[in-house]
Amino acid sequence: MQQKQTDLQQEPSGTEFASCPPQEILRRLRRAVPDCPLLSHPEELRPYACDGLTAFRVTPLAVAIPESVAQVQKILRVCHALRLPVIPRGAGTGLSGGALPRRDGLLLSMARFRKILALDPLNRTARVEPGVTTRAISQAAAPHGLFYAPDPSSEVACTIGGNIAENAGGLHCLKYGLTVHNVLSTKIVTSDGELLTLGAEALDSAGFDLLALFVGSEGLLGVAVEATVRLLPRPPSARLIVAAFASVDSAAAAVGRLIGRQFIPAGLEMMDNLAIRAAEKFVHAGYPVDAAALLLCECDGPAEEVDEEIALAEGLLRDAGAYFLRLSCSEEERLLLWKGRKSAFPAAGRMAPDYYCMDGTIPRRAMPEALRRIARLSEEFGLPVANVFHAGDGNLHPLILYDASRPEELTNAERLGARISELCVELGGVITGEHGVGVEKLDPMCIQFRAPELEQFHRIKAAFDPDGILNPGKAIPQLRRCAELGTMHVHGGRLPFPELERF
Amino acid sequence: MSPSESDLTKALVDEVRQAHDSGTRLHLIGADTKPFLGLSVEGRRLSLREHRGIVHYEPAELVLTARAGTPLSEIHHLLAAQGQWLPFEPPSFGSSATLGGTIACGLSGPARPFFGAARDFVLGVRLLDGRGRVLRFGGEMIKNVAGFDVARLVTGAQGTLGALLEISLKVSPKPSASETLTWEEGQKDAVRVLSELAVKPFSLSAACHDGERLFLRLSGTEAGVRAAAKRIGGDRLADPDAFWRSLRERTHPFFSMPGAIWRLSVPPATLPLAPGAGALLIDWGGAQRWWKGSAEPAVVWEWARSMGGHAALLDSGRCQMQPLDPALFALQKRLKAAFDPKGILNPGRLYDER
Ligand SMILES: Cc1cc2nc3c(=O)[nH]c(=O)nc-3n(C[C@H](O)[C@H](O)[C@H](O)COP(=O)(O)OP(=O)(O)OC[C@H]3O[C@@H](n4cnc5c(N)ncnc54)[C@H](O)[C@@H]3O)c2cc1C
Repeated sequence: MQQKQTDLQQEPSGTEFASCPPQEILRRLRRAVPDCPLLSHPEELRPYACDGLTAFRVTPLAVAIPESVAQVQKILRVCHALRLPVIPRGAGTGLSGGALPRRDGLLLSMARFRKILALDPLNRTARVEPGVTTRAISQAAAPHGLFYAPDPSSEVACTIGGNIAENAGGLHCLKYGLTVHNVLSTKIVTSDGELLTLGAEALDSAGFDLLALFVGSEGLLGVAVEATVRLLPRPPSARLIVAAFASVDSAAAAVGRLIGRQFIPAGLEMMDNLAIRAAEKFVHAGYPVDAAALLLCECDGPAEEVDEEIALAEGLLRDAGAYFLRLSCSEEERLLLWKGRKSAFPAAGRMAPDYYCMDGTIPRRAMPEALRRIARLSEEFGLPVANVFHAGDGNLHPLILYDASRPEELTNAERLGARISELCVELGGVITGEHGVGVEKLDPMCIQFRAPELEQFHRIKAAFDPDGILNPGKAIPQLRRCAELGTMHVHGGRLPFPELERF
Repeated sequence: MSPSESDLTKALVDEVRQAHDSGTRLHLIGADTKPFLGLSVEGRRLSLREHRGIVHYEPAELVLTARAGTPLSEIHHLLAAQGQWLPFEPPSFGSSATLGGTIACGLSGPARPFFGAARDFVLGVRLLDGRGRVLRFGGEMIKNVAGFDVARLVTGAQGTLGALLEISLKVSPKPSASETLTWEEGQKDAVRVLSELAVKPFSLSAACHDGERLFLRLSGTEAGVRAAAKRIGGDRLADPDAFWRSLRERTHPFFSMPGAIWRLSVPPATLPLAPGAGALLIDWGGAQRWWKGSAEPAVVWEWARSMGGHAALLDSGRCQMQPLDPALFALQKRLKAAFDPKGILNPGRLYDER
């Protein structure tokens, strides 16, 4: 795949970083944590050059892989003293470049923090290290009949630390909430090496809700070194309905009908025709390949409740014009029907050499318009776009298919992506629902927010990290960048929606 | 504009700007129903009560946006007409309570452990900060990770980070059926029973013990509730709404006993039940305990901390929160300064900041 050396190094972060020679930096780090692996040879660094946003690559100055909180504290104290940027990294599955290294910074891999420290079935919590994978928490809880609800599609690989940093969602967050709703407390190491506990093992904590602020802060406010998460009783029954529609509009309208009536489905997903065909070819789940759109609606809970809800959902879907309905009658069937949806990424990967996964949220009522306009943009740029997304909460994931070996295609894919972000804002939505801003969405942030809000974000960052060494240049654009972008757009005569309020 | 609707943003901005420029402290109030949830504030009264009205409510989007002064009761009525509700069951402490005060205090009722807290339902806010700027954070989307989650940070900050002007809440369909079961149970056993029930997939929506009896509320579909009720057993409570309301609004006889009362927020299965002897009311499936016992505050705070939670002392019409660890307190002060550099908004309401 074609790669692009990012100019992130030039992204002003509002801070002057020290110009200590690399050898001296490494020496000081080794002295502070002699037993912590510290990688600095180019070939050792290569695997860390990117996260899930693979088009961006930067070789870090070094990679530290600590395994104890004390080591993390010592490393941060050295970095703090040297004004050295620190980029935390979990599993590197992030899709917005949040864990993208800097040439002048230390990549802090949390991969060795893999212990489940305690499982408390009575209080229904798990206390885990940040490098534990999302799936591993549910596996450890399973013998007690419990599970950890957030289930991002990347759950076998991604870490709870990364989930906290991104406020990850999942297929069932419609009913069970996002990471922020399922984490009770986290221990963090601050930019100057201090250990703080945010939240509590109880349902609330004293003072400001710093836990809520920390969740989704993309590694800018501290390094999560431990988390206590809430576990839920595993629902004894779950059933899935697959409903096919002859038009995207009628599928979108059906979503509006299902939501807000007596119950909330555990999950409500939508796939468009391109995604249906790709998935069907890949896993043979039995989807009708002629459908314009497919809805997957799952209900879970006590068996009596599920049957009642499924019957209700079935009726609503039929009334909304579904011409094909399939209800899972066994666990095997349910899993098979899900498999198509869950394989959307690899299936898309088969349709084109490269794909770019976008993320944005819109009000549910705007779904038909959003999909129509995405289709038009797809034509305009000459790149196919498959839509597989969390319809229940309006979280779009257009997959832009392209071939990076062809000149201009990566740039075009990025430009198309940027237009989709603008579209989300125009329709009253937001530029990212769960993948975060990272480096990818810095420009769209300038459309989403006005200067006073961005300023306030920088002030919050400074309250946690006065020297700005934690993941600098990510998540919150500098005002200068937005000003330049605005000027640029005005020169091009297309300042995006100047009439809109930018919240 | 009808009297139930008025947008006072401009006037409020002017007041806060002037206060900022002159260094005048402001005491923010809605309907003034909850002075006892914090420390007393000295300052010029800035009322948000007349800044009111529903800005936007679309049942199919499950979102409601309203100005801070909108009476909570108006919101409840509006939602009920559509078969929806606020699942965090906020207490109001009086019929005039406003949405702004409720969210500023981060109040959640008996359903909290099962459906979530006030902050879990806050999607966006329009905030008037201590510089007199109107800032918009979050929005009307359930999923939104653009920028720091300031909307949730200011929930429960009791106006010390800014005056809430407008709030967007996620709302939900109200479960179609509900039933409350009750039986006699010792209090220590109650904690065990509650923990055992909580790992079962019953559709619990509230669970408490009043000192003598256990009360369990189930909410869900008709068949689901019936089946669970049959498996759990116990007596059916005749007027469950009145009971849960008394718990939520703290009008249950337990709360009218004289003297100070402690709120203990601890992991639900925590034993011993309390830091010492005294009357105890257990709510939130064990996670919120109201305790009337006598002990040095420092002892209670240390007990709550060692259990992984925290405690607050409600006494003589004010509330003293658990002291924060110094590093955390310093961070909170820096955050306060980031929103309110002159310290004019509800100074000292949460903690003595001097
Ligand atoms: C195939 C695929 C499917 C996906 N599906 C979903 C999905 O359904 N829902 C969803 O929400 N996301 C999804 N993602 C995105 C990604 O998996 C999530 O964002 C995940 O939370 C990232 O976790 P990670 O451990 O890989 O973090 P990384 O990518 O390593 O890091 C992500 C961010 O977190 C920071 N960070 C990591 N660890 C820490 C720590 N301990 N302390 C502080 N900051 C830290 C990093 O600096 C970076 O900013 C998907 C990704 C892929 C590749």
